[in-house]
Amino acid sequence: MTIFVEKRQLVLPGDLMAENGYEMGVNVYREDGKIYALKVGLAELEDRKISVVPLKGCYVPHVGDQVIGKIVDVGLSGWLLDINTAYQAMLPLSEAIGRRQTHVKTELTSILNIGDLVLAKVIAFDRTRDPLLTIRGPGLGRITSGRTMKISSTKIPRLIGRKGSMVSMIKRETGCEIIIGQNGVVVVSGRSPLKVKAALEAISMVEREAHTEGLTDRVKEHIRRIVENVELQ
Amino acid sequence: MSSYNKVEAPKKLIKNGLRVDGRKPEELRPIKMEVGVLDKADGSAYVEHGRNKILVAVYGPREAHPKHIALPDRAALRCRYHMAPFSTEERRSPAPSRRDMELSKVIREALEPSILTQLYPRTTIDVFIEILQSDGGTRCAGITGASLALADAGIPLKDMVAACAVGKVDGKLVLDLNDLEDKYGEADMPIALMPNTGKITLLQMDGDLSTEEFNTAIEMAVEACKKIGQMQRESIRRKYLQGDKIA
Repeated sequence: MTIFVEKRQLVLPGDLMAENGYEMGVNVYREDGKIYALKVGLAELEDRKISVVPLKGCYVPHVGDQVIGKIVDVGLSGWLLDINTAYQAMLPLSEAIGRRQTHVKTELTSILNIGDLVLAKVIAFDRTRDPLLTIRGPGLGRITSGRTMKISSTKIPRLIGRKGSMVSMIKRETGCEIIIGQNGVVVVSGRSPLKVKAALEAISMVEREAHTEGLTDRVKEHIRRIVENVELQ
Repeated sequence: MSSYNKVEAPKKLIKNGLRVDGRKPEELRPIKMEVGVLDKADGSAYVEHGRNKILVAVYGPREAHPKHIALPDRAALRCRYHMAPFSTEERRSPAPSRRDMELSKVIREALEPSILTQLYPRTTIDVFIEILQSDGGTRCAGITGASLALADAGIPLKDMVAACAVGKVDGKLVLDLNDLEDKYGEADMPIALMPNTGKITLLQMDGDLSTEEFNTAIEMAVEACKKIGQMQRESIRRKYLQGDKIA
């Protein structure tokens, strides 16, 4: 039972994190009872479970994730989506309309067409098959308006904040609607273009300064400064 | 071709115990490393190893193109080692040479044991190593840089890989050969190592070494790789830490 790292300490690939008696979390590996880091990130401790919260890396789908994807192809029985990852995602017709039916291609495109942006949920992904999506569920489906933005998927948890504190603050301060995909795609929509811009700036600020303290307050100040400046003019 | 600016073969590579560039036999050249130098790449690094200047970019894991290179059980690692036309004394053709292709292969094989490719089946990880200026030991500096760029891209690594060459000039074992020593010396042996696990991922040799010399040479190179590995770690820490705090 020895641990070599503190919580939130920076670790690099190959760093020894703990010896016997600890459990493996994510982004670590075990060899001869010793746990090592796999990625550049921050050490995380939960009871006896040791993990690394990565600072960089690309998105890998997980079942249950809400993602924002773009339709890249329409087939006979479903759609192919780009969800900002190494795998092309499949949205079957049955997961879009709730019944299985043979449709002709023109009818499929009348539901979702190439280039459409979709908020979907990952229902299956096991690394041997491509991720499977659904748009059956509250809030899921085609996104009709807004401005999209891509940020690193490792920064999404920070953008959401503890119990959604960060994103709800940005929503409150700007009055914009914000849709977040776990895959790093964010859509911001609102009536005032300037407030949308303020929200987008706030999001990129969160990405840039994700691991600094007191970020929520600084972002709030930043938004207020932008919004007030505009109102004065 | 004119021999105007060609360097003549020196009569002796070691004079008064010092090498052609004034180093002691077991001394490394000055090394500089920086990570995250390219915006568009997922991970990148810049390495200066003596007069070698090397830029590395890493992309991935990403969708495999063309599809047939994808592997069903792990990510395909692709590696391109390339020397810029202006990287050598005489202009060299920018087309990949036989040597470039061989080095791409050995570098790929030196990096692969450190990467958990099985986590990303049917994808590729692409590594581009561009030699901007060369002075002997580019494959080693290339491996060192590539491993940094992989870590910067957030790709899961068991350990980072550091590399260094040992060789023999004027009958003496020396560390980290430069171009002259490589050309006119008696042996050159590049080694890549995962410092934490102590596993060797690349071992090549050209020239002659006796068994005893070989054993000492390995020991010297392992020590050197550990030193270089330390520098790799510091360069990543520098990027993320300001003082003790995470920036």
